Amino acid sequence: MTEPILLSTKQVAFFAANGFVELPAEVPATINERFLDAIGASDRREDVSQENLDRLSRLGGLMAKSDIPAVPAGTPLFSAFKETTVLGDLVRVPSIRGAIQSLVGANCVLDHHFVHVASGPLVYGNRQQISQHLHQDSTIDPRESAFDIQMFYFPHDVTSEMGGTRFVPGTHLRVVSESAVARYQNMLGQRHIECPAGSVFFMHHGIWHGGGVNRTNLSRFMYKLRLNPTVPQVRLWDTSDLNREDTSQRPIFFVKERYDPEAIASILTRALPWFENDTGRIEYIQRIRFWRKLIGDETFDADYWATRLECEPKLLDS
Amino acid sequence: MGSGETRQQVLVLYLANSSLDSSVKAWAIYDGTAKTRHMPGDSEKPPYTNGLEALLDGWRLIQASPLINHSKGEEFRMGYLKYEFFFEKLEHSD
Repeated sequence: MTEPILLSTKQVAFFAANGFVELPAEVPATINERFLDAIGASDRREDVSQENLDRLSRLGGLMAKSDIPAVPAGTPLFSAFKETTVLGDLVRVPSIRGAIQSLVGANCVLDHHFVHVASGPLVYGNRQQISQHLHQDSTIDPRESAFDIQMFYFPHDVTSEMGGTRFVPGTHLRVVSESAVARYQNMLGQRHIECPAGSVFFMHHGIWHGGGVNRTNLSRFMYKLRLNPTVPQVRLWDTSDLNREDTSQRPIFFVKERYDPEAIASILTRALPWFENDTGRIEYIQRIRFWRKLIGDETFDADYWATRLECEPKLLDS
Repeated sequence: MGSGETRQQVLVLYLANSSLDSSVKAWAIYDGTAKTRHMPGDSEKPPYTNGLEALLDGWRLIQASPLINHSKGEEFRMGYLKYEFFFEKLEHSD
């Protein structure tokens, strides 16, 4: 078996700050084609025949008839998806396997998986389609030291007109209740996924997201796989690029040299467009606390945000 | 204004801080006149730069989120957007 290609420290720091890692066009075309074939969606022509319209309208029940296995929740991933099957080959693509291993460990378990389908005007005609409300998957999740990942796999090209998944980078550390965030129609910095075939996004379970409206006559498919860890998620990635400077303090506010934008502290204290003035700073603290868990070092800090709050000198015992 | 019945248009702005003239970070529009239909993810540019601009354009502020003291032990837990302002306009529906 080919060795997994683990994520780097900087990639995981980006994940800690933004809640996702993107691997564009990572899956070979042969696997993309096999996947589309396995779900009965390999023929994606703009066919307006009644037969094709009937077929498209039934795509919601596609998984039941497909070669995709129904898997009991909690099954080890690499037992659930055997080698030589299309999903087995998908999760064994070295960079895919490496990202999974880096974030939830080599012995992670499958929570659930599903093929999401968005058809366009051919199926819906004049009925107006509304994009999916912003939400966080599952329910309120107050975990602090563990997290799940959701793999979003796009087996074909996704154009802007196809309404690929919309998500808001950096929302993953907010504890909210599923669609309670639906009221937020638009947020600065929101992103609509457009990507080449074979692209994979690994999302933190907490990221706010929703599906878009497909305005083309080609149905859009996205395979989502949720994985749970079975080990503490501490330094599971390739830490060979974790430098000494990345765990030491640097001058703040008054500086004489520009910060290295690739430094861990820079990645963890980079504001996102939707950040509020005051809570944006609390986002930094949340990221720092998350990074402490990930590197197993409760003394880590970035630009002193946590240290000054923890500075409470005590009188010595007499 | 036309001669149709009056309907409510609702604008929700999420601002950078508790001041109405701070910048817009997130937004939503619900149009009771049915002249427009807004949906999640339909715009990348906020309708106004800040909340005050909405007032200048005739929107009436009808609700602002209160400032709530931080509970001990919960100071750093983040959830929903904090500075929510509801506005309305009354328009004829024709």
